Amino acid sequence: MRHMSVTERKSGCDDMEEVAIIGIGCTPVGEPWHKSLRNMAVESTWAAMDDAGVDQVDALILGNMSSGSFNEQESLGSLIADYAGLGNISAFKVEGACGSGGAAFKAGVMAVASGYHDLVCVNGIEKMTDVVGDNATKILANAADREYESIHGISFPGLNAMIMRRYLYDYNVKRDDLAAFPVNSHKNAVHNKNAMFRKEISADSVLNSPMVANPMTLMECAPICDGSASVILTTKERAKEFTDTPVIVKGCSVKVDTIGVHDRKTVTSMNATVTAAQDAYKQSGMQPSDIEAVELHDAFSIMGAIGLEDMGFVERGKAPRFAAEGQIGIGGKLPCCTFGGLKARGHPVGATGIYQIVEMCKNLRGEGVLDIERGLTHNIGGTGSTVSVSILGRD
Amino acid sequence: MSVPRHWRENVKRYRLLGTKCNSCGQLHYPERTVCPNCKSRELEQYKFKGRGKIYSYTIVWSPPEGYEFCKPYAAALIELEEGEIVTAQLTDCNFDDLEIGMLVELVIRKLFSYGESGIIVYGYKFRPLLPRSE
Repeated sequence: MRHMSVTERKSGCDDMEEVAIIGIGCTPVGEPWHKSLRNMAVESTWAAMDDAGVDQVDALILGNMSSGSFNEQESLGSLIADYAGLGNISAFKVEGACGSGGAAFKAGVMAVASGYHDLVCVNGIEKMTDVVGDNATKILANAADREYESIHGISFPGLNAMIMRRYLYDYNVKRDDLAAFPVNSHKNAVHNKNAMFRKEISADSVLNSPMVANPMTLMECAPICDGSASVILTTKERAKEFTDTPVIVKGCSVKVDTIGVHDRKTVTSMNATVTAAQDAYKQSGMQPSDIEAVELHDAFSIMGAIGLEDMGFVERGKAPRFAAEGQIGIGGKLPCCTFGGLKARGHPVGATGIYQIVEMCKNLRGEGVLDIERGLTHNIGGTGSTVSVSILGRD
Repeated sequence: MSVPRHWRENVKRYRLLGTKCNSCGQLHYPERTVCPNCKSRELEQYKFKGRGKIYSYTIVWSPPEGYEFCKPYAAALIELEEGEIVTAQLTDCNFDDLEIGMLVELVIRKLFSYGESGIIVYGYKFRPLLPRSE
């Protein structure tokens, strides 16, 4: 069996359609105790449908990590399609832990590119605050290998802290530089009315916040929160019927790595990110220097740093300095997390990948803080066990 | 609470039993049925010696539900003498003494329990290698 990339298909046969995003919508991220799982999913789905000017879709694909554990609710496809009033369409859930949104997006892109469906809604939804903190920590640890990692009581921040310590050891990096990632995200969240934390923070406040898992502090970790984001997809050809500002999916790849961090040849690089990025660059015919902004998966400061290196934007061991020099800020060489990222917009796990797409679309439609032609989104599930990279462009 | 889920892993957890690929010689912990290195399905059980060194470590201050009883605790990636890496807690140690490269050895300890009337799950942790008169 040979894997065939989109580029090869384009040159080999012409039956794959280019995919466009014609509608976007999301709820504010936070702790909305008055809203339920279904309320939030329906809200963002209809916001995206209104944005696209449609009142029906052919399929609804849901990105969600753990509604069974967070909300004691499965059958998500049925629930959300039912309560959104979409009738008996094709609807189901795609799961890849915190990377569920990015994986669902790929499923939606494949559905449209293949011609299987004309009009698809992809909805990333997670309602995490129906359980208390330590229970949420336990559920999140299900993203790792339950029998050989999580069973030892190692929290998700704990796994990332071990990656961070080894990274600092291998590259002899100035530890304080990593604080630039949360500082940047908080600064960018101030203008985003849908962000959870719209307040600037200092590097000192990051470094002096309580220790979660040494050497990682609380302010280097994304919050537990609720959110729902949706996009409407159709073919590039049909997109003009709906909008003057379609966003084109230039590349979209999901790759996996070993479930356990202990089974990787190195822990300071995520092979799933490396290969997903290479795949997306190849599909789009672009290279890192063509990308103008990145929605980076900064669930932990170290994840942001390793992500930039894995996708070829910065040399190994140089991302923390790059960030500390302000190069990931608005106006820097490579603006990252322009709507606050996971750290400050918030990280409703299965929804995050779609928030990133929504936010990049705003930048590409001229509705964000940037006015750009090409952007990349980077969504990690587990400790790099499922990673999606998408490249979006104006045309 | 699931008794079979832990029962079927018990011996492997107590004795650090993994697999060795008969085709390419690759060692695996945890055990596998397909070698990720060469795709061979001809694997045999392999017992690791249970000694290694710290590859990386952390101190968990905000444990997941069920692990509060031993908070805070150290956790590590242990590079075994055989070259494979396992994830485990560190025990019988001073946090300030921990460092990458420290020699450690396997001990069997309680991992957690399902409440007062539930089962107790045992498994491996690692402690700093004790001096021996050899």
